[in-house]
Amino acid sequence: MSARVQTAPFDLAAELRGFGKGAGAVVTFSGVVRDDTGQMTALEIEHYPGMTERILNDYGQQAASRFKLTDWRILHRHGRLAVGEQIMMVATAARHRRAAFDAADYLMDWLKSRAPFWKRELSADGGGAWVDARDSDETSLKRW
Amino acid sequence: MMLDVLYFAWLRERIGQPRERIETSAATVRDLVAELAAMDEWHAAAFSDMSAVRCAVDQQLAELDTSLNEVREVAFFPPMTGG
Repeated sequence: MSARVQTAPFDLAAELRGFGKGAGAVVTFSGVVRDDTGQMTALEIEHYPGMTERILNDYGQQAASRFKLTDWRILHRHGRLAVGEQIMMVATAARHRRAAFDAADYLMDWLKSRAPFWKRELSADGGGAWVDARDSDETSLKRW
Repeated sequence: MMLDVLYFAWLRERIGQPRERIETSAATVRDLVAELAAMDEWHAAAFSDMSAVRCAVDQQLAELDTSLNEVREVAFFPPMTGG
């Protein structure tokens, strides 16, 4: 049961070693930098040091209590990330699959629009546009 | 009271600095925004459309009506884009 913020890449398999021991179901999700336009060279992620770590822990604990998780882990990177690199991961462990899936989905919805990260797409010409929040992410959050 | 005001993403760029320390008697976030927007054209530009601005008070997500009583840190930023 932990949340971490870091600039370094991570190894999903290493992160999951020993995770959720004894659980009947483990769900993992990882987000990867994609390039929709073919013009992007990297993604730059800014965050709010201090608040980010605290709020990720809060969301993890809320998910644990709501979905009766036996374990959870949140890892989110910041700084400069190349296309194809992993941005973040959530892992949830529960007795049964439905709770583990739902908890991962819940955590992703909160992370998307209520965790203090801001993405900027860096392009080959040196420019960088801040990524706009999506209405659909806000709608997803209302499901919970 | 003395307040640390933090800015992130395009608000930081528009204002030209990541944080500033200000003396204020603002009672709510809304009062503070009015004071900041009156400081200069950069602050005014950053706060010109409050529908695009979110805030945190002592590192908790907050609203414009949130009280600043005994608060030490207020942050302004665009809607978050994590995940």
